[in-house]
Amino acid sequence: MESHNGPTGQTGAHLLHRLFEVQQQYMHIPKQSILELAGELRLPVSQVESVVDFYSFFHRTPRGRFDLLFSNCTSCGDTAMMRSLCKRLNVTPGETRADGLVSINETSCIGMCDQGPALLVNSRTLTGLTAIRLEQIAAQIEAGVPVPEWPVEWFRVQDNVRKNGLLLGTAFETGSGLRAALEKGPEAMLAEVTQSGLRGRGGAGFSTGMKWKFCREAKGDAHYVVCNADEGEPGTFKDRILLSSHAHAVFEGMSICGHIIGASKGYLYLRGEYRYLLNDLHAVLKRRHKARLLGKHILGQAFDFDIEIIVGAGAYICGEESALIESMEQKRGIPRVRPPFPVTKGYLDQPTVVNNVETLAAAALIAVHGGAWFSGHGSEKSAGSKVLSISGDCTTPGVYEYPFGVSIQRILDDCGAEDVQAVQVGGPSGTLIAPDEFERKLGFEDLATGGSFMIYSKDRDLLKVISNFTHFFAHESCGFCTPCRVGTTLLKNGLDKIASGHGTKSDVDEMYRMATMVKRRSHCGLGQTAPNPLLDALKRFPEVFEQRLVHDSEFEPHFDLDAALEEARQISHRDDAEAHLA
Amino acid sequence: MSDTMKENNNTITIDGREIPFKEGQTIMDAALAADIYIPHLCHRPGLKPHGSCKLCTVEVNGRSASACTLPAAKGQEISNNTEALNGVRKTITQMLFVEGNHFCPACEKTGDCTLQAVAYHLDMLDGHFPQFYPRREVDASHPGIVLDRDRCIMCELCVRTSREMDGKDVFAITGRGIDAKLIVNSASGKLADTDITTDDLAAHICPVGAILIKEHGYEVPIGRRTFDLHTIAEPGVEPVILRKGKHADEH
Amino acid sequence: MSTRKIRVATTSLAGCFGCHMSFLDIDERIVGLIEHVEFSRSPINDIKHCHPDCDIGLIEGGLCNAENVHVLKEFRESCKIIIAVGACAINGGVPAMRNHFTLKECLEEAYLDGIGVENPMIPNDVELPLLLSKVHPIHEVVHVDYYLPGCPPPADAFMKVLTDLLEGKEPSLPKEILHFD
Repeated sequence: MESHNGPTGQTGAHLLHRLFEVQQQYMHIPKQSILELAGELRLPVSQVESVVDFYSFFHRTPRGRFDLLFSNCTSCGDTAMMRSLCKRLNVTPGETRADGLVSINETSCIGMCDQGPALLVNSRTLTGLTAIRLEQIAAQIEAGVPVPEWPVEWFRVQDNVRKNGLLLGTAFETGSGLRAALEKGPEAMLAEVTQSGLRGRGGAGFSTGMKWKFCREAKGDAHYVVCNADEGEPGTFKDRILLSSHAHAVFEGMSICGHIIGASKGYLYLRGEYRYLLNDLHAVLKRRHKARLLGKHILGQAFDFDIEIIVGAGAYICGEESALIESMEQKRGIPRVRPPFPVTKGYLDQPTVVNNVETLAAAALIAVHGGAWFSGHGSEKSAGSKVLSISGDCTTPGVYEYPFGVSIQRILDDCGAEDVQAVQVGGPSGTLIAPDEFERKLGFEDLATGGSFMIYSKDRDLLKVISNFTHFFAHESCGFCTPCRVGTTLLKNGLDKIASGHGTKSDVDEMYRMATMVKRRSHCGLGQTAPNPLLDALKRFPEVFEQRLVHDSEFEPHFDLDAALEEARQISHRDDAEAHLA
Repeated sequence: MSDTMKENNNTITIDGREIPFKEGQTIMDAALAADIYIPHLCHRPGLKPHGSCKLCTVEVNGRSASACTLPAAKGQEISNNTEALNGVRKTITQMLFVEGNHFCPACEKTGDCTLQAVAYHLDMLDGHFPQFYPRREVDASHPGIVLDRDRCIMCELCVRTSREMDGKDVFAITGRGIDAKLIVNSASGKLADTDITTDDLAAHICPVGAILIKEHGYEVPIGRRTFDLHTIAEPGVEPVILRKGKHADEH
Repeated sequence: MSTRKIRVATTSLAGCFGCHMSFLDIDERIVGLIEHVEFSRSPINDIKHCHPDCDIGLIEGGLCNAENVHVLKEFRESCKIIIAVGACAINGGVPAMRNHFTLKECLEEAYLDGIGVENPMIPNDVELPLLLSKVHPIHEVVHVDYYLPGCPPPADAFMKVLTDLLEGKEPSLPKEILHFD
């Protein structure tokens, strides 16, 4: 059964990478390639197929030679722009134009919320869209100009760091963290990390010291460090900045962790949407090799450690650590049953630490400056700082770093947000709060967050926002467990019914019951948080639902009766009164 | 309960009844050994626990958990056969019904179908939710086995049985979310081109009518089938489904 | 309830009348029932429309065309209690197996390409109700109060549910007569 999770050996041989190459070459994954890849990687044909079908960026039928994916995020998305480009290029969204030149579709948040609207064209990130730019894009496509020849400034991604703090503002000398850690030795270094009070920055907040300790103590043939750079939570882009401008600290954190837990191999799992960072990241790895910070005998000591990058292909669920490990093992990203936890049974069933990008960068600084330095910042249960991705209705979206314990209002003031109706803290899976809660504080004791901070002004249609999130979760559900697989779709359909003005009070009650069930009974964090936006909105903004309801009826049909006759009308060429239903 | 059990004190409590467990057992293992029925679809003793259907949802010290995957641990207070939990299970069963195409009167598995039996057990009368009516492919290519995906409930019993018991890899789930579907491992995508045979356990494990052995469908008349005569909650009823063409009273 | 008899209406939408046949299998028990019940619109008596003040509507069959929708709405407006009777009313049943195909495919097979078709044409007379693109269960269009599953539900199940309602109780089915087939 080793073929199921065969070690990858080298970057190129990973199924996700090979599929990416095939997708680039043929604009889809032909059946023949599936068979060849199955042979090449010694995997069952069905496993290769299932991976192709699972990840959004692989297709079984040809996409256009120019394949555009507009973000549909409430911050970096603009589906109206998508529709207008579709119209301009005579494309039906989701379909490939008959001449095979172009295809246009939506995709989940691509992490450009501070410089949207944004899209991916042939997997390259294009930011700051305007009506003029759309017209220019259309012209390039019609003229058949290959994407690498498009003006380079279209693809520019800014860091937009607006406020430095403990992590972003402290200078980090490459190699200093690793040097300090090797000097201290694994036990002492682990003690520093534990003392620092550092907790996971992905949002769940598990103690980093504890995690490393458990993994260090777990028996296995090998230990692994995994950096979770699958930053898929809509509205989150802070890892993008850490990876583009602080990559050394991130890799150094991985190496330090490796030294502590006894790993000689680390993986950075990069979301496919951030593929544009790949070359630079590889360059950093190369420099670290040259500086003897990676490879054999690191800094001349008896420590071998290397890092490989695995690139995802459009699946939010792979941000869940055990799904991420499945994806690393060339499978669909299905969250595993826990226990056992990755620290005892992770990648290739060996003890594995999976940490967020920010956590690892913080660990590198802690190695240099010590645990006490870190725990001296922030609040009692939330040591240190949090790097936030701020987007939505404010004058200066971007990256802001604050000590834990900062109030929502303070953040809103700093980024120039006025007339705020609501803030989605921690992304769709987090908490939607109303103005009377703006004195609440960021931190594990109150509002935990992975870093997404989306602001909605009074002009926003909040029901549209909730609906967007509900669609997102239905799209990203892996389909493993019944409550999430079916429930997220039922919630999506229910909300669509209300948003289209056909819902009644009974539909709202139904959705509340379903949302509660999905939240309580789902297998993993995706299902357990998917109903949050809906439940929060029902509690804090009931009027946005009320306003759309049909009040003079206790029950409205679940489908459009008259539309259900359209097909028959066309076939029979009838349009008389009897050919319609009210 | 024996004295040694009491000494070891390795017990859990399900709905007020204290039952023993051995190290390494899940709550489901312990419950089955004590003849306590916890509704389930994706679990089958002998296969690695899966935890996907969520029918076996119980509350352990007030927290929701899957009985089939959670290891039994000393002192767990477990709620199982409660009105609230059976309500949740009924909802989950209804969700399974509406996401597929389950037309019992037209299915040769009727009366021997675990999904149906669980629905009866939970007093399910209707699907409650709007029907999804997905369009899924039927694969009748194999001379001895038919694959009717309309009835698939994504429990992966066939996937796991083929892998763990038959030493093959005939089945897999592909796709994502509500578009997930059962596929087979062959270049053509057809069952006939896989290495499955009617002797494979995977050909017999399906709890619903998605994988059927051809030419045996009506050997036992409707009205005399397993769940026409027994409820699913009766101990020892379920494994019978593994035997083709027989029902509980015929072996 | 008042002194007047309980008014029951019944109909078969996209069904096969099998549920009605099964209902009639209550045999001589209908004599007792009729002392408390009078039938409004029903294929049994051929009354064309519901009395505006019906107590119970028994609906067999799902919805496959516009007329089904009109009839169902009339029942919902006229009956205090609507009971979905049988597999088809509850989840579309066998007629819903056409949902595997598009309506166009169904009509072409039936009226153009099928074996034995003469004078091929898809009927389009205005007298004919138009088909819905899919067959639907009735609870997707109106609120349904109770469900009586089975294909068909056995006569005993009809008796049990009606007797419960006549006695002013919540209808319930003993497990022995609960079947989907």
